[in-house]
Amino acid sequence: MGAGISEKTVAETAEERISYLRAGHTLRSWFFTTDHKRIALLYLVSVTFFFFIGGAAAALMRADLLTPEGDLLSNEGYNRAFTLHGVIMVWFFLIPSIPNVFGNFLLPLMIGARDLAFPRLNLISWYVYMVGGLFTVFILITGGVDTGWTFYTPLSSMFANGNVVLAATAIFVVGFSSIMTGLNFIVTVHTLRAPGMTWGRLPLFVWSHYATSIILVLATPVLTISLVLIAAERLFGIGIFDPALGGDPLLYQHLFWFYSHPAVYIMVLPALGVTSELVAAAARKPVFGYWFVAASSIAIALVGFLVWGHHMFVSGQSMYASAVFSFLSLVVAVPSGIKVYNWTATLYKGHISLDPPFLFAMGFIGLFVVGGLTGLILAMLAVDVHVHDTYFVVAHFHYIMVGGTVSAFFGALHYWWPKITGRHYSIVWGSLSAVFIFLGFNLTFFPQFLLGYLGMPRRYHVYDPGFQVLHVLSSAGATILGVAYLLPFAYLFYSLRNGEPAGPNPWGATGLEWTVASPPPKHNFETIPVVTRPPYDYEIEQESDAG
Amino acid sequence: MREPFSTAAQQREADMLGMYLFLASEVLLFGGLFAGALTYRILYPEAVVAASARLHVWIGAANTALLLTSSLLVALAVQAADCGLRRPAAALLSGAAGLGFGFLVLKAVEYTKEIHQGLLPGFGGRFDFSSPVEQLFMNLYLVGTGLHAAHMTVGIAILAGLAWRIGRRSLPLPERAVTVAVCGLYWHLVDIVWVFLYPVLYLAR
Repeated sequence: MGAGISEKTVAETAEERISYLRAGHTLRSWFFTTDHKRIALLYLVSVTFFFFIGGAAAALMRADLLTPEGDLLSNEGYNRAFTLHGVIMVWFFLIPSIPNVFGNFLLPLMIGARDLAFPRLNLISWYVYMVGGLFTVFILITGGVDTGWTFYTPLSSMFANGNVVLAATAIFVVGFSSIMTGLNFIVTVHTLRAPGMTWGRLPLFVWSHYATSIILVLATPVLTISLVLIAAERLFGIGIFDPALGGDPLLYQHLFWFYSHPAVYIMVLPALGVTSELVAAAARKPVFGYWFVAASSIAIALVGFLVWGHHMFVSGQSMYASAVFSFLSLVVAVPSGIKVYNWTATLYKGHISLDPPFLFAMGFIGLFVVGGLTGLILAMLAVDVHVHDTYFVVAHFHYIMVGGTVSAFFGALHYWWPKITGRHYSIVWGSLSAVFIFLGFNLTFFPQFLLGYLGMPRRYHVYDPGFQVLHVLSSAGATILGVAYLLPFAYLFYSLRNGEPAGPNPWGATGLEWTVASPPPKHNFETIPVVTRPPYDYEIEQESDAG
Repeated sequence: MREPFSTAAQQREADMLGMYLFLASEVLLFGGLFAGALTYRILYPEAVVAASARLHVWIGAANTALLLTSSLLVALAVQAADCGLRRPAAALLSGAAGLGFGFLVLKAVEYTKEIHQGLLPGFGGRFDFSSPVEQLFMNLYLVGTGLHAAHMTVGIAILAGLAWRIGRRSLPLPERAVTVAVCGLYWHLVDIVWVFLYPVLYLAR
């Protein structure tokens, strides 16, 4: 048996040096692959597709909001547009974006593994995701749902049009994809770390994905049960939420937000992990307070389960419950603050290189801080009553979820693009798009803070003419943002054919993923590496350079 | 051994951990229902007690006995599989699947009785409860036990399938004993969920 294995190893080494992109050219080699890197690319193409569908719905809404009369869309049409936007963006872009694309690609490389623990499960999760996604797009475009992405009862259970059950089914399905991915990541980190890759040597990207996976595995089933209950109510008249059938609408909000508040951390924790990598690489220094940054990811994941009630301050829940939820929501600011301060300390006296990944990271930190601080305002019980369900909330969660997650997604794309494709892209265009995304984003969403503070409610498209100036500003910003999102398409595609070969480590970064060729060979490592150095040991490198 | 693993022990650890994580997600699937039922028990004790008192506590007790026995058989089957005892393992798994089937039959009898007594929502007919909380309790009862029955059905199929594959040697033992262990864990979870459902629903009187 031993001889057989060594023969096989020798036979495979030549083949293993071929990059994963060249390892097969047929459609079959892509659609039935179990290689985590190819599956990551399948996800990259599909999340981009859904991003543009969700973005198109957003553009439609911003166009409609240019005039106070709401003359572009009907009332029903507007409701369907924002439901489409919310459902697609939350479940088919923001939640899978960084974990399923970059987590999939990088996690095994970063811990020195040949693949995720369950490669076939990984492929299945992509198929499940695509089935759920295409089904959702189909029903949202053909009939539409007017409940908003939250499916609040009793609107969703009694009054909304008939596609609610189908939409709930699609999201039910995509939930399985989330659970499979989270499970795969946790098992991989536990069982497949290379020798010497101790928990204290894990890159912070891996720590944040580990924390994210805990939420994916534990929160998603609660969403599943909420959707099952809505379906049971609509199809069989089992009244869990409908008061006329003995049910309780508040129960729905408890169940829904028990998932959906942690879901926000599913979106932002991977972004925090990406930023830690980008900041360390840009400053060429170890991340300040490694253990604090790692532990704060876990803390955010755990505390994130205890704050759902802050969505229900005006729902009629008990005042004492609200006070407790208010306090717990403020607690989340502590680990989030730890991260921001530690990034700042990392950058202090760093030899900073102003390349696109760094600019995206800076944009992320700026937007994340604004989003986080306005989150504190919303967590205050008394202030929230004033701005509840206004554009202030819309602006806040877009700062976190779009300003944060999407900036980090683009940062990750620009940082690891040379690793994924083996090619450099234009640094000038990359920097320009980082700046334009930051400016366009702020012009789009900062006016919405003002709108909300002045009293413009969310989900309305006919509004007081006094709000028009701010809405026009916001729509103008959205135009800039839209163009800025399209820019990377052009130069990244251009780089695929015309970019210069990147070499294994174009940024001079640390981490196992930079020790293999770009693009990586099919089986990642010829032999499993042995890790002997701490993470982010830039200083050692510089000392040896100087010597 | 499968692709990313370098030792059998590593693969076994990964398979077990994967199943434990999946079961953690299952616990949270039922967790929302339990949390709901307990909350209403604390907020409206009289109404919940009144509703619970109308359930068929002895059918539930018989079902609990069936399920606990089947779990014992599965635990023995896992041990047998570890030792490579093919025939006993297959027999024990078949026995467990049979007891699980008995559970479903009893449950169906119970549902039928409840529909006739107007205790179950969603089947047309009359549904005679005075207070909304009693009605909500029965709604939670139906969804909770229904979801559990769906899990039972899957579990019975898994156990029967395992027994069949072990019987015709397509699942070699003890090499693939981890498969039996992982499926056994699933069956134990289905059992444990019932062990919590039974007191929360039937014994809340």
